[in-house]
Amino acid sequence: MTTLDTTLPHPRTSAFTILLRNALVWRKLLGPSLAFSFGEPVIYLLGLGYGLGQFIGEVNGIPYFTFLASGLLAASAMNVASFEGMFSVFTRMTHQQTYDAILATPLQVDDIVAGETLWCASKSVLNTLPILFVATLLGAIQSWSALGAIPVFFLVGLCFAGPAIVMAAFAPSYDFFNYYTTLLITPMFIFSGVFYPVATLPPVAQVIVQILPLSHAIALIRPLVAGLPLTDPLLHVGVLVGYAVVGYVAATIFIRRRLIR
Amino acid sequence: MSESVPDPIIVARGLTKHFGSREAVRGIDLDIPRGGCFGFLGPNGAGKTTTLRMILGQSPLTAGTLTVLGLPVPAGIREIRARTGVVPQTDNQDPDFTVVENLRMYARYFGLKPAQVADRIEELLGFLELGDRRDARIRELSGGMKRRLSIGRALINDPELIMLDEPTTGLDPQVRHLIWTRLRQLKSAGKTLLLTTHYMDEAERLCDRLVVIDRGQIITQGSPQGLIRQHIEPHVLEVQGQAAAVLPVFDGIPGVRLLSVGETHYCYAQELSPVLARLEAVPQLQYTHRVANLEDVFLKLTGHDLRE
Repeated sequence: MTTLDTTLPHPRTSAFTILLRNALVWRKLLGPSLAFSFGEPVIYLLGLGYGLGQFIGEVNGIPYFTFLASGLLAASAMNVASFEGMFSVFTRMTHQQTYDAILATPLQVDDIVAGETLWCASKSVLNTLPILFVATLLGAIQSWSALGAIPVFFLVGLCFAGPAIVMAAFAPSYDFFNYYTTLLITPMFIFSGVFYPVATLPPVAQVIVQILPLSHAIALIRPLVAGLPLTDPLLHVGVLVGYAVVGYVAATIFIRRRLIR
Repeated sequence: MSESVPDPIIVARGLTKHFGSREAVRGIDLDIPRGGCFGFLGPNGAGKTTTLRMILGQSPLTAGTLTVLGLPVPAGIREIRARTGVVPQTDNQDPDFTVVENLRMYARYFGLKPAQVADRIEELLGFLELGDRRDARIRELSGGMKRRLSIGRALINDPELIMLDEPTTGLDPQVRHLIWTRLRQLKSAGKTLLLTTHYMDEAERLCDRLVVIDRGQIITQGSPQGLIRQHIEPHVLEVQGQAAAVLPVFDGIPGVRLLSVGETHYCYAQELSPVLARLEAVPQLQYTHRVANLEDVFLKLTGHDLRE
């Protein structure tokens, strides 16, 4: 019971059935899902973007409204995947016992985790796109290259799915997620360059922020939204892929331990 | 402990499961024949559900070997599950889907597309009398409807083996009878049913063979009637009252065995007339005389202390 099955994940194509299941449920619950993901970022964008934007004007040659919108898009992709990976996976694992039902069919834990990871990333795209749309209507988007941010939303979703599912694997109850949101998600949201450039932080803080993934997500999304050239794209993609791979493998190992007893 | 069975659907040898220091299943051997209904009886915590979970590959074996449908566990688990239907102890349908959507989605987990199972879904809705609830959300269903849907869902892949973990716990008598009727029909259709229950009447009605499990071990096995004949005297009298008032009544009658559960006292007797003579001498005692049943076997073998 205490030994961990640390073999690498070996999901099959049936993982896509999990993706389909979640997409069908998402379509049914479209209203509340979008309101939750969409409401807060748009309020930030309108409130801070218009309000502070008047005083700030431009940051690093980018209008503040665009600067903020790009940061909020990255943060939205992070939040959507994190909350899906924690709360929804936990619900399906415990209260709904959806996974128990699925584990009576040919699907296995590795398929479930792969499907959930892909779904978290897909939902990051689905629930962040409306914010991109509103930002476009409000004139925050400077270039067609912003479309290139859409695959980045997916990558950011993959990156945050794994750690969130690991949290679900260890959670005794929903309250447990407060640790992760308070200690990691909220600090990343505040310090990783959503609202101001990372360069304004003290040097030690800059190092910490650059180890965490959100700053890399913003480093990719911001120039795409602003129509500026990307700097070090391989580095930023590499960090996000690294987190995604490590998180996914860890999620598989710990969900196996939780479900196969 | 187990004689060989031709073409068994499940064979277990030395099946063992430990959770840390707790020994949930302690080396059981099983030879479950194909066809008919095989029961696992036992008090709560006896190891019934753990055994089912091992058969389904949801719980790794600590020791022993297990073959299901001729395939080894865990190596053959995908195929085993593809050919098995499971009715879990707790209904776990998708609450966001309707009845029909649940069946369609579950079919997809078996690699079956909605078009392939459209006829089968209609058939199952009819079989389980859920036709008029087809578009209801799960939270709108009663407990009995949910359980029937669980059975329908377990049949979506036309399984050879159907495992039911306490299928009628908490249901009203009408629904229990409907479910028993349907399970007997499945048996007649050649399916193999594997049932856990702690309802003795359910086991007696449905099971062709059963094992009684207690504290992770098989303590007896056989057919319900065979077990009753083997373990229980022909006559059972249930007497209500204080032990001090009731038990002395039977003093000295040969071939009498007494068992007390609270203020109910069971008198098991080879001969009826000497017992009745004594009881008639104490007219204030109320008693009932009945035939022996599986519950008597269960009480005799697993004791009458409360299990939590």
